Amino acid sequence: MSLLKLTGALLALALLGGCAAPKTIDYTAYKQARPKSILVLPPINESPEVQASYSMVSQVTYPLAEAGYYVLPIALVDETFRQNGLTTANDIQGVPPAKLHDIFGADAALYITVSEYGTQYMLISSNTAVTASAKLVDLRTGTTLWTGSARASSEEGNNNNGGGLVGMLITAAVKQVINSSTDAAHPIAGITSARLLSAGQRTGLLYGPRNPKYGTD
Amino acid sequence: MSKAVKLALMLTAIATVAGCQTAPQPLYQWESYQPQVYEYFKGEPKEAQVEALERDLQKINASGRKAPPGYHAHLGMLYLSMGKDDQMVQEFRTEKALFPESAAYMDFLLKNAKTGVATK
Repeated sequence: MSLLKLTGALLALALLGGCAAPKTIDYTAYKQARPKSILVLPPINESPEVQASYSMVSQVTYPLAEAGYYVLPIALVDETFRQNGLTTANDIQGVPPAKLHDIFGADAALYITVSEYGTQYMLISSNTAVTASAKLVDLRTGTTLWTGSARASSEEGNNNNGGGLVGMLITAAVKQVINSSTDAAHPIAGITSARLLSAGQRTGLLYGPRNPKYGTD
Repeated sequence: MSKAVKLALMLTAIATVAGCQTAPQPLYQWESYQPQVYEYFKGEPKEAQVEALERDLQKINASGRKAPPGYHAHLGMLYLSMGKDDQMVQEFRTEKALFPESAAYMDFLLKNAKTGVATK
C-alpha cells in the first residue's frame, strides 16, 4: 500500500514537474498584482524597417491570450490613441500608467521595443531576424512586473536549440497561425513574439486567469 | 530493487515524458484574426477584412469554440468605419459579454460613439 502511495506521489510530481520549468527571476510583484488584462502599447521601433512595429504588434495577441490573459483589441487601441492625438510609439509609451488605466481599464500594459527587424543579405545566404524586448507594467501602481527579450532568425533552420521542446511546439503553433506573407520578416516576428510572450517558460510570463494552469507556476 | 519499485520508477519516467508532451488544445479558435489586424495596419481595403472576419466567425460559431479576445471589438471597429453603427454596437456588446475584462474600454467606446467622437 505504501508503495502504491509512493508511486502515486511520484506520478503526480512527475506530471506536475515534467514540464514546469524552474523559475529564475523574481516574480513576487507579478504574483501579488495578478493581472487579468493586458493593454499592448504600440512598440517602439529601433530598426530601419517602417513596418516592424505593426508587424510585431499584430502578432502578440496569440501568445498572451493563450497564456490566459484578456488582450485589448490591438488595432482599436491604436485608433483610440490616434483620436487623442498620440501617433508615435514614443509618445504613447510615455503616457502615465494611471491615465492608461482610466481609459482602457486594463490591469497591466506591455511596453515592447523592436530592436532588430529585417533581412541581411550576405554573399551566399541571407538571414532574416527579429529581436524584441518587453516590459509588463502594473497600471495601478506603475510597478514593473516582468521583463524579457527574445530573438528568432531564419538561420536557425531545423536545429531548434533555443527553446527545447516548448520552443518547438511554439514554433509549430505559430507557423500554423501565420498566413502567407510577402514580408519575410513577418513570420519570424511571429516566432519572436511567441518566444517572448508565451507562458510556461523558465523566465517567461506567468499563466493568466483564463488558462487552466493559472496559479501553478 | 524489488519489482514494484522498478515499476514505480518506470511509470514515473513515462509520466515525466508524457507530462511535457501533451500539446494542449488552444484556448481559442483564431482563424485569421491576427493576419486581419496586420491587414488593417497596412491599410488594405476594409470590405475584404470584414468579409474574412465574418466568414471566419461562422466557422468559429459552427465549431462551438471561442473567438479570441479582441475579435468582436475589431470587427465592430471595422463596421464603424463603414458607417454600420448598429452592427458596431452589437459587436462591442458581444466583446463585453464574452470578456468582462473589456467592460471599461467597451463602455468608453460606446459612450464616445454616441457623442460622435469615436474611432474614425
